[in-house]
Amino acid sequence: MHTAAGVEARLPIRSDMDLVWVRQHVRQAAALLGFGLVDQTKLVTAASELARNTLVHGGGGRMEAAHVTTTGGIDGLRLTFSDSGPGIVDLDRALSDGYTSGGGLGMGLGGARRLVHDFAVDSAPGSGTTVRVTSWVSRPPRPREGV
Amino acid sequence: MSEEFSRPVAGHVPVLRLGDVLLVTLQGDLHDSTAHRLQQDLSETIARSGVGGVVIDISGVEIVDSFLGRVLAEIAAQTELLAARTVVAGMRPAVAITLVELGLTLPGLRTALTTEAAMELLAQPVVSSRSGGRREESP
Ligand SMILES: Nc1ncnc2c1ncn2[C@@H]1O[C@H](COP(=O)(O)OP(=O)(O)OP(=O)(O)O)[C@@H](O)[C@H]1O
Ligand SMILES: [Mg+2]
Repeated sequence: MHTAAGVEARLPIRSDMDLVWVRQHVRQAAALLGFGLVDQTKLVTAASELARNTLVHGGGGRMEAAHVTTTGGIDGLRLTFSDSGPGIVDLDRALSDGYTSGGGLGMGLGGARRLVHDFAVDSAPGSGTTVRVTSWVSRPPRPREGV
Repeated sequence: MSEEFSRPVAGHVPVLRLGDVLLVTLQGDLHDSTAHRLQQDLSETIARSGVGGVVIDISGVEIVDSFLGRVLAEIAAQTELLAARTVVAGMRPAVAITLVELGLTLPGLRTALTTEAAMELLAQPVVSSRSGGRREESP
């Protein structure tokens, strides 16, 4: 079993310094839960994209990290990014590659969705944005374990 | 790896001159502002020193997101306008896999597996048809 310590966190996203702490926390939490190197890298990259959106488009907000488990006992890391900014007017458009309302590449939101297992956005114009992503640890079968 | 490298790099990135090449080593987790400053500083340094090439060693970089990817691509484009070539060296396999899934293939970027290979690439004469993305050797 994993302890919640080191995984559970609530971090502010108010500056580009905070983006660094978000990335470091997600890296550490993913490693603790047993994610492999490639999956850690995908999660940290997705978190970096979403946290930067929270900062740049949402005017700042926070990230919450939580350890989740399936009934089958598979560990997952759930990250929730929320802000009370302007919200996303056209979500389909925002998710499409290359769409940006600013000077970005427009790859962040759609790219983050590809990098995680579960992805959900809750947003409405004027009422902020919450993006919740979850990835699950995929362990190679280890038949001898616990025998 | 020293403790210092796992901390955020708040200040500036060291730029080393080796003959005709500037060697930039990125380590740890960069602030957006540090990356931006590097982009500005490099252009000035190239213009001042007249070097023909820039090698950016990212073997110590654990993630490249769309922001840092864009900065690297812009540095490459800028140096091209200043008659120099940029090679990004040492990208970790996990970073490469993630970048492709993110959708960021950075077509204008020259890459090499190691800093040494990047130096060799820059030592070769410039191929006459200028095109940023393709490999220097023809098949
Ligand atoms: N938290 C948010 N609040 C408001 N709008 C958002 C938020 N996140 C994303 N958006 C909108 O969705 C668009 C697409 O986001 P995406 O991250 O894909 O691109 P970008 O941030 O513009 O550029 P990039 O991430 O490539 O630098 C943004 O331009 C913005 O209009
Ligand atoms: Mg973005």
